[in-house]
Amino acid sequence: MLDVRNLTKSFGKMKALDNFSAFMEAGQSIALMGPNGSGKTTFIKCLLGLATPDEGEIIFEGQSVLGAWEYRRHIGYMPQIGRYPDHIKVGQIIDMVREIRQNEAENLDDDLLKAFHIDQFSHKAMRTLSGGMRQKVSACLAFLFNPKMLILDEPTAGLDPLSAEVLKEKVLAEKSRDKLVILTSHIFSDLEELTSDILYIIDGKIQFYEPIDVLKERTGEPKLNRVLAHVMRGQNN
Amino acid sequence: MLRLIKYILLDIIQNRMVIGYTLFLLAVSLGLFSLNDDPTKGLVSLLNIALIVTPLVSIVFSTIHFYNSSEFIEMMAAQPLRRSLIVRAEFWSLSLALVTAVVIGMGIPIALYASTSTGLALLAVTVVLTVVFVSLAMYASVRTRDKAKGIGGVLLLWFLFALLYDAFVLLFMFMFSDYPLEKAVLAMVALNPIDLARVTVLLQLDMAALMGYTGALFREFLGTVNGIIFASAVLTVWSAVPVVAAVNVFNRKDL
Repeated sequence: MLDVRNLTKSFGKMKALDNFSAFMEAGQSIALMGPNGSGKTTFIKCLLGLATPDEGEIIFEGQSVLGAWEYRRHIGYMPQIGRYPDHIKVGQIIDMVREIRQNEAENLDDDLLKAFHIDQFSHKAMRTLSGGMRQKVSACLAFLFNPKMLILDEPTAGLDPLSAEVLKEKVLAEKSRDKLVILTSHIFSDLEELTSDILYIIDGKIQFYEPIDVLKERTGEPKLNRVLAHVMRGQNN
Repeated sequence: MLRLIKYILLDIIQNRMVIGYTLFLLAVSLGLFSLNDDPTKGLVSLLNIALIVTPLVSIVFSTIHFYNSSEFIEMMAAQPLRRSLIVRAEFWSLSLALVTAVVIGMGIPIALYASTSTGLALLAVTVVLTVVFVSLAMYASVRTRDKAKGIGGVLLLWFLFALLYDAFVLLFMFMFSDYPLEKAVLAMVALNPIDLARVTVLLQLDMAALMGYTGALFREFLGTVNGIIFASAVLTVWSAVPVVAAVNVFNRKDL
């Protein structure tokens, strides 16, 4: 479904992505992991067309995404920090994205709108919302159009535990419906619950890209944090 | 694009700065017209204020708005939309909002006190200047990533067009005063949108005679239909070129 070939992207002298290649299938849920500044966000930006790679290609369902825009109708993106125009109301933001994505409007998924009770604060201006409430709006927008691919950047950060649970259930439901989920998080327990594979990046290079089950079996560790510690120790030696 | 403009506009017109700007223009225009018994004098005073204030407010407000919308613009760019659409929608929304402020703030007083061809000319050039400076703001904010640098840059641009440029023209005229400069000065005036706007309105008044031989030459050229077509063409170029350049830069920009 998604074929990333030799992606390279530099900012000045720093290589944010260095010959990055990966193949991702529908039904996979991939955890993008790595230290701060390792290239996770740059990779996501390249996928979304927000940044243009210096070299390499991204093929989504057989077509290159470079310079294209139509493919984004198949993507739901939840940014790390969603900021919206100050004076626009919550309901208006949702209407706006709905109008922009009119073509897909017949197959709307309003599960999260209901679960987060968005209608209760839809008349509030965006600037009056707390960070967590904005995250909820971002989450609703990401899932609303039933996209084939979900990109979630730190989805549970800033959400209260109950809402985080709601969101996680939704991610799992989508994963079981054969969507491709790519998410970043620093919370191990979330990743363990939500993802099937781990893609670990350091300095723009893929350190490893493997299913969690395989990693667990190979290292003999039951917990994800122990597994990672084990793998990283092995790589350093 | 209309759908996008609708929501961006909805955000802008609720901004206190735009409302304050409209009220300010309204207060100044009404004040100047009621202070002067002769509406033509009021128009000249208003011309001087409008040519300084509207470019400044247009360029600074647009730049600040663009920088403050950067995350929102990023979110739009992640939607199935053409990149160029986003900048164009921002440009049209900002232009529409600020032009509305001018039309309400200056248009109503002009209609009440000085509904002459000069009044209409003043309103028209102010509207065009607003669009020109929104366009310049788009280019400046797309080019620089840093907000402080961007705002500093547009202030410098405004300073250049509103004040420095005239100083250069005067210096030029002084240095080469032995030569016939009329055509050169005419060309220089045409290159600065604010000067061009000022001369176009002044020529509508009978005061051009006070400007000596140069004034007569201006009148001969800019006062004719061809001159007005020329002035409109130059101002159209000034409003279109920066925003087109901004779209080109933005299309290739990493957000």
